[in-house]
Amino acid sequence: MTAAIQVNAVEKSFGNVSIIRDLNLSVAKGERHAIIGPNGAGKSTTFNLISGYIKPTSGEIRLNGEVTSGLRPFEINRRGLSRSFQVTNVFARMTVWENVRCAVLWATGHRYAFWKNVDNLPEVKQRTAQILDDIHLTHRRDVPAGLLTYAEQRELEIGITIAGGASVIMLDEPTAGMSHAETERAVALIRRLTEGRTLVIVEHDMSVVFGLADRISVLVYGHIIASGTPEEIRGNPKVKEAYLGEEVD
Amino acid sequence: MTNAVTPAPAMAKAESGSALSFYGIWLLAAAALVVLPLVFSSGGSLTSFSLIGISIIFALSYNILLGQTGLLSFGHAVQYGLGGFLAVHAMNAVASHNWPIPLPVIPLMGGIGGMAFALLVGWVMTKRAGTVFAMISLGIGELVASSSLILRSVFGGESGITTDRTSLMPLFGWTFGPQIQVYYLIAFWVMISAIAMYALTRTPLGRICNAVRDNPERVEFIGYDPHVVRYLAYMFAGFFAGIAGGLTAINFEIANSAYLGATQSGLVLFSAFIGGTAYFFGPILGAILVTYLQLGLTSVTSVWQLYFGIIFIGIVMFAPGGIAGILMKHRPLIRAGTLSAVIPSYLVAAIPTLAFALGIILTIETVARFSGGDPINLLGIPFVAAAPTTWAAAAVLVVGGFLVARITWRRIAEAWDRAATVARDRGYLA
Ligand SMILES: Nc1ncnc2c1ncn2[C@@H]1O[C@H](COP(=O)(O)OP(=O)(O)O)[C@@H](O)[C@H]1O
Ligand SMILES: [Mg+2]
Repeated sequence: MTAAIQVNAVEKSFGNVSIIRDLNLSVAKGERHAIIGPNGAGKSTTFNLISGYIKPTSGEIRLNGEVTSGLRPFEINRRGLSRSFQVTNVFARMTVWENVRCAVLWATGHRYAFWKNVDNLPEVKQRTAQILDDIHLTHRRDVPAGLLTYAEQRELEIGITIAGGASVIMLDEPTAGMSHAETERAVALIRRLTEGRTLVIVEHDMSVVFGLADRISVLVYGHIIASGTPEEIRGNPKVKEAYLGEEVD
Repeated sequence: MTNAVTPAPAMAKAESGSALSFYGIWLLAAAALVVLPLVFSSGGSLTSFSLIGISIIFALSYNILLGQTGLLSFGHAVQYGLGGFLAVHAMNAVASHNWPIPLPVIPLMGGIGGMAFALLVGWVMTKRAGTVFAMISLGIGELVASSSLILRSVFGGESGITTDRTSLMPLFGWTFGPQIQVYYLIAFWVMISAIAMYALTRTPLGRICNAVRDNPERVEFIGYDPHVVRYLAYMFAGFFAGIAGGLTAINFEIANSAYLGATQSGLVLFSAFIGGTAYFFGPILGAILVTYLQLGLTSVTSVWQLYFGIIFIGIVMFAPGGIAGILMKHRPLIRAGTLSAVIPSYLVAAIPTLAFALGIILTIETVARFSGGDPINLLGIPFVAAAPTTWAAAAVLVVGGFLVARITWRRIAEAWDRAATVARDRGYLA
């Protein structure tokens, strides 16, 4: 079976600083894949490369078998990949409802339509309402996104990411900065919403990672030093030494 | 966010009545346009209403760029002017060939002209937003305005190209000679254009324009190319600007290079901004005020542009949301029933603020007319610019007015805080 995401020998340098070095990664369809690694290891950069935000210096990236390195983010999104951002990245002056609805429009085939009343599209309306319900923001639907609390903005960030129904979802530290209770709620949400889809997640909370992921890749200095099931990663001496230390035991 | 749950029922209630009030507003607007010339029937007011109507379309079209899509254009008059020229050429062609096309269709030609130009240059222009777009729009504006003086066969040089709107076939006996008939033609297009532009904001494209305005980067990750979105917005803006230009050509029976120039581009930016770009109706208010001021001020003072500058700076500094922003700030207070708590503070502030404003006006006019000119007529009182008593009066009004006004402004802020707190406690976001 072709992998959902296949990264082959990707390198990325900013100027002459090499950030990603010989990156190889394979994420199977339907898999929940966690990427862990210390700060500055290049996890977000990896997300940026896969989602088309930046282009690899060399190497190749495939989405469902098709080469996507070199494509623009919207082209990759239209091929079924959607990502969230580590730093909340929403439409601040628009309401919660409109934020999610905008993320639904392309996927429901309305594209650049200027001859349809956006309030009169039953499928869009129903999907938007469903997403708002899923992310527990229905009661905040008419509030401008910029006025939400931090945790609410993080939930909206997830909502926008999943709204288009992409088959591959990438979440960059979705629970960063959340309290313990908020994290638990967010993880339950992520688990439910990505049911039947491929998930790539960057996460620092090890209990979340080991509870959620089918496979884990460990990124250190822009290179994946290990990739495997939670058990394999737990027992991998290289990982213990380089990153996990005492935390896993 | 303890009070977060409370707004929901209040807003749901507001929504159920909104369909009725929505159509009500449009019907009211249409009725006002019909009745206006019957109430104020002098030739002067007919001319003013006609110009205001055109400015409304023009300012709304500008706001497709600025308010809806976040594109700051310094050259919007290009599409307006080209629309005007195309309309004039169309009228002349229709008249000379005796084509059975009535005058009310001509603004559409203007729209097509504005849109065609946008189609041509827009793809390159809208590649980037922000400063890049602003600078290119300025450059294109200058380019077209200066070309218009060189390409005489198309633009008629300094004198422009004239036309005769009555030379087209009459429609139901209307020749469009009398200004009243032109007014109704303009009013018709104001309604059509305003409804169309409002409808545009309620489409998928319109909403994605807002998303591009707020965060073009994220738009790319929900499947949209912000470049295409900006390009489409630019074409729509060009279309409606062209309609406004076509109406101007009909109104004055001429198109000249001034239509395309930087002054015209500046005025429309000014109208949209003063009215407020965050709300659809903002530019309408701005267009009415600016056109009215322009017509009124030019006859009483030679330095009317100075007043425009002061108003503009004042709005930018103290009310960046424009008139619409100021009005809409009161909505939660009205809903919560706490508006009456701030009104008295406004009334108290009005007197010293007016004195301050009069002092500024007196100062400006004194300087402007010092070396000759008519006496300054302020509220019916004549002031002579060269007289020291005038200077003293100006100084007293400016300094005294400001010192007292400052206290009353602080009172407004306090009254505001109290009223807004109450409104928030009652569940209305303020
Ligand atoms: N656009 C950029 N230009 C220069 N350096 C960058 C850029 N983006 C990321 N980096 C650098 O790449 C390294 C990896 O960053 P990042 O991918 O954000 O790490 P992580 O998400 O794993 O914490 C950091 O040292 C960061 O400073
Ligand atoms: Mg990161």
